[in-house]
Order: sequence, then C-alpha cells, then structure tokens
Amino acid sequence: MSLLEIRNLHVSVGGNEILKGIDLTVNAGEVHSIMGPNGSGKSTLAQVLARRDAYQVTEGSILFEGKNLLEMKPEEAACEGLFLAFQYPVEIPGIGNTYFLRSALNAQRKHRGQDEMDAMDFLPMFREKLKLLEMDDKLMNRSLNEGFSGGEKKRNEILQMAVLEPKLAILDETDSGLDIDALRIVAQGVNSLRSPERAMVVVTHYQRLLNYIVPDFVHVLVDGRIVRSGGKELALELEEKGYSWTEHEPVGARA
Amino acid sequence: MAAVAHIDSWLENFTEAEKSAAGRSLPWLHRLREDAFARFCETGFPTTKDEDWRFTNVSAIARTAFRPASAVRLAPGDTAAWRVDDAAATLVFVNGRFSAELSELDFVPKGVTVASLRGRIESHPEEVEKHLGRYADTQRDPFVALNTAFIGDGAYVHVARGVVVEAPIYLLYLSTKEEAATMTHPRNLIVADDEAQVAVIEDYASVGGESVVFSNAVTELVAGESTVAQHYLIEREHLKAFNVSTLRIEQGRSANVASHSVLLGGGLVRNNVHPVLAGEGGECLINGLFLGTGSQHLDNYMHVEHAAPHCGSRQFYNGILDGQAHGVFHGRIVVHKIAQKTDAKQTNRNLLLSDDAQIDTKPQLEIYADDVKCTHGATIGQIEENALFYLQSRGISEMEARKLLLMAFADECVERMQSDVARGHIERLVNEHLLFTEGIAPQSGTLGRVVERKLEEVG
Repeated sequence: MSLLEIRNLHVSVGGNEILKGIDLTVNAGEVHSIMGPNGSGKSTLAQVLARRDAYQVTEGSILFEGKNLLEMKPEEAACEGLFLAFQYPVEIPGIGNTYFLRSALNAQRKHRGQDEMDAMDFLPMFREKLKLLEMDDKLMNRSLNEGFSGGEKKRNEILQMAVLEPKLAILDETDSGLDIDALRIVAQGVNSLRSPERAMVVVTHYQRLLNYIVPDFVHVLVDGRIVRSGGKELALELEEKGYSWTEHEPVGARA
Repeated sequence: MAAVAHIDSWLENFTEAEKSAAGRSLPWLHRLREDAFARFCETGFPTTKDEDWRFTNVSAIARTAFRPASAVRLAPGDTAAWRVDDAAATLVFVNGRFSAELSELDFVPKGVTVASLRGRIESHPEEVEKHLGRYADTQRDPFVALNTAFIGDGAYVHVARGVVVEAPIYLLYLSTKEEAATMTHPRNLIVADDEAQVAVIEDYASVGGESVVFSNAVTELVAGESTVAQHYLIEREHLKAFNVSTLRIEQGRSANVASHSVLLGGGLVRNNVHPVLAGEGGECLINGLFLGTGSQHLDNYMHVEHAAPHCGSRQFYNGILDGQAHGVFHGRIVVHKIAQKTDAKQTNRNLLLSDDAQIDTKPQLEIYADDVKCTHGATIGQIEENALFYLQSRGISEMEARKLLLMAFADECVERMQSDVARGHIERLVNEHLLFTEGIAPQSGTLGRVVERKLEEVG
C-alpha cells in the first residue's frame, strides 16, 4: 500500500477550479518535489492535503495509508502522521512555542494510544532538535512565531516537524525568502529526517532547494495539472529551460 | 436623567437606613448622606440619553423596588470555596454586612489597619472624615450619590508611610438568595500614605442560588507620594445580579497605581474606573478583561483625569463576547491645561464569538494642554481562522485550539497583574470560566468569516 495516493483530484476555491485532475503516488522513503510557476496550484495542493476547509474538492480521492484523507479534519490528518510546513507560518501571540509544541505532540501521542510526555521527558528531546536547527532556545520562551524573522519562522516549522516526526511531510515553499545559510540549516534539518519510513513532498518554485534536498522524483505542475514527471535531472532541465518549456500555455497565463 | 420611580420606597429605605447608620451622631457624615440622597432624588437614575450611559440601559434597576439585603449568617464552611490563600488579611461581607467570624485579621502586618468601615467610623471618625466622600463625585454620578446616601459598611484599609504590604488584602462580598429584590451599597476606603505599597482585591460573588440583587459599590483609593498601589476588581455574581462599581483613585506625586478589573459574572454590570493623577510624575495602569455570554451586559467606563504634568496612563481592556452578550468600553481621557507632557495610551481589543454578540467601543479625548501625547485604538474581530488552522494542523483539536486562542487573548490582561497571589486567583477563575463558554464549541457560520475592523488614531 502506498503512503499517499492522489487520484484525479479536482479542487475549486470560490467557484474557480485550481487543480484539474492531479494523480500522484508517494511511497514511504521517497522524496518528491513538486515544482511549478506561481499560481500553478502548488500551495492549493499542500493546503488540501493538510485539510484546510476553504477548498472544495469537486472530484477525485486522496488515500493516506489507505484511509480517506478527505474525511479527516486537520487535526486528525496530523495525528495520522501528516505534516505541513507552512509557506507563511502564523504568528500567535500569547501561546508559548514550547507549550504549544508539547501540547501538539501530546495530542498526537494520545491519538496513537501513547502516554503523554511530561516536561521532564520532553525538554531533553526538544533541546536536541533545537541544536539540529541551530535555534536559540530563548526563542522558545517567546510566543509562537511572534517577532520571528522569516528565516526563524521557517526553521521553526522544520523544528516542529523534527519533534512531531510525521510519516509524510509536505514542505510548502520552505526555501522562499531564505538566505543561503538559513537554507543550508533548513535542508540539513530536513535531510536528517529522511528515513525509509518517512516520505516528503517538497513544493518549490526554484531548483535551488533541491541542490540540498535531493529528490527521488520531480513533478512539474502547470495550471492545475502535472505536465511532466521524472527524476532529479528534470529539475536541472527546468532550471535551464524555464517552465515555458513544459507548458502548452504561456507562462503566467492564469493567476 | 429620569424621575425616580418608587420614590416612596427609596425614601423609606433611606429613613430606615439612617436610623441604624454608622456614625449617625456625626454631623459631617449625616450631612454627607443627606446631600447625596437629595442629589439622587434630583437626578434619578440615568437614561441612555445621557452621554455617559448611551450604551447601557439601567431601567431594569430603576423600575425595581429594592429592599436592603437581610442579615444572614454563613458558617465558615459555606465560604471555604471563596478563600484566597496567602492574603495578608481577609474581610468578608455577607449581604453588605461585615462578618467578623468569616474574616481573617490575625496576621495584619504592622503599620497596616484593616477594619470594617462601619467599625472605623465608630472608633476613629476623625481618620475617616479626612477622606470619606472627598473624591467620589456625587454630582456627576447618581449611583455614587445613591451609594453615599446609604454609606453603611465596607472595608477600611490604611497603610502607614513607608510600609510595604507584600500579600494582597482580600475583600469578599457575598450575596445570598432572598425572596425579594435586595440591594447593598458597599463603601470602601483605602488610604496608602507616602511611599507605602499595597494591593487590594475586591471580589463579588453569590452563594446559595439566584435572586435579584443589586450591588452598588464605591471605593475611594488614596495613594500618597511615591506610593505603589494595586486594586483588583472581580465580578463573578450570578446572572440575575446588577452590579455597579465605582473606583475613584486619587494619586499623589510619583505614585504608581494599577486598576485591574475582571468581569465574568453579573447580568448587568457597570465598571467605573476614575483615576485622577493629581501629582507630578504619577503613573496609572488601567487594565481589564470582560467575558460575556448569554444576555450579559458588561459596561466599562473609564475616566482618566490628568491633572498634573509628566504623568502617564495606560489603558488596556480586552473583551470576549459570546451569545447575545453586549460589551461596552468607554475610554474617556481628560488632560487638564496644567498637565503638560502627559503620555496617555488606550487600547481596547475585542473578540466576538457569535453573530449576536455586540460591542460598543468609544474613545473620548478632551485635551486642554498643548504638549501631550495621547493615543487610542480599538479592534473588533473574531477568532482568527489562520491561527485556528495552524494549531489544528499540528494535531490540536478544534475545541482545544479555540480554548488556547481565547486564553491567550485573556492572558494579555492577566499577565499585567503584578501580584502573584491575585494573578493566580484570577487566572484560575478565568480558565474555569472559559472552559464553560459556549463559543469554544465549533460553530459553523462564524468560523470561516473573519471580520476585522481596526480603528487607530493618534490625537
């Protein structure tokens, strides 16, 4: 059984069809990259997978470990092992980073029938992960993402992923806005989580990130359809020739 | 203002109260009461035509014939649940009457006097005379006039010069269930001399079931030079309660005073906070949280008076309203001509959890000095859908996520409370209260729609 099976997925927002029949299969241990120009539907796909309810699925199916993902609420999908690293992580004043992350981990552990982790067990593990992302633990005493720089927010996403250890991680433009040092740290964090049991879908606009996180498969999404799939060399080819090479329509034809 | 309904009943109540009032042989006190009652009869209760009462209709109070609350004895066991641990002293009032057996006055620190006002009027009238009725304005506010006419009992706190009281002094006002509609007029006098430090908690609660009760409290808090004082008001009576409370603060030079209000209960609540920064270099923090549900009406009327140069005031009020609850924040700042270099700030933030909840927020700036900084801003919004989704996407249930967001919003106010004991007590009450707020439960309809109105002005 595949970890993720997307079949003929059609998605609309406010009557506009954004995804027009996506097919994608992801197996455990694989890293897939979804590339595409702005407005091609990459983020919509990521948000639908994380079960944001603003999107209407008009046709098709998504199975996550054989279960119907479309029937799950966001928290259920998360508890089943799906993680979305947000393109724009949300600032939430008044909720502490550490408290939040422990609550999330314990909600997931509870769902899986595991004991909740107390602060004594949580903190050593947490410190290890902080080190991995080269994050200042002072940040963790602050409110969730509040006053974080763009790079700190993205690193915080990967930190959350490292703590929650999902089966499937979707990284939505985690590279955008990062300088090369931050990019390297984020990639290092992601790579350390690669394992035969875990799959990743890396959504990106640029090939740059893929120098650090080398994918097994690359898919090119244009105007709501996957127009080309291949190995990592496809990303390089795209870099060279631009998206127009894969398209039947000119670049940026739709927003 | 309207003619007083039940004027006979008020007159009878007043005449009756006078007969057994504290210090009835004291001419100054007798005059204070008589004048206040005359003023009340003249004005009657306010109506929504009065600018200060535009959003709050008190006709339900005006048309009720109240009787004085009965003398009731409660056993210590009945009030155990209401205690605050680690208070420096506890005064308990049952139906407006001081209860010596429920109070705890054995460990009052040296240099501090904590007593019932009634007792203090009898034993040390000259001390009381220096301050009582000198600050709260019977001319402007009919409820203050009414309270003053019925001055009976309440708390008397005096802190001598330079004395620091670490733990808060806890004042508990309990109302019991009665057959008829009843009223109490608690009157508190808190005097902290120069360089003293004190914190006082006023906590209003109900025991033994619901009946129509009207609590009309006035507190005069006098802070001397360089004095640090904190006042906490907690309203958590049942929903049949009318609660009007007025805190009048008089601040001396370089005094640092904080008023913290937490409105959880009560059907119709008016919370008046009126600090006068009368000495140079004074600082005042006016902080509040109001959580309304059902058909509660919670009105916060701030009147911050800058009457000396180089003073700062900061107002922060957060409201969470659900059901058909109606909240009001009226933030009046008056900067007198002499009060140059005033720095006054006002922020009111509100979350509306249902379509029928309502908030009226109104800044009112009257500035007569020319070198001042006054800012005010208000926001009205709903639980942010982005934040909710973010929390859920990590595995936290929608219910839990809503609770976290509401608590975070409430915590902004709770965290400003300086006293650990008071903050701990209030944190517990707020958390318990939020657990039972219906708006935590998912509601289709309001969830996806985020309305945010932001008003920001600098004047």
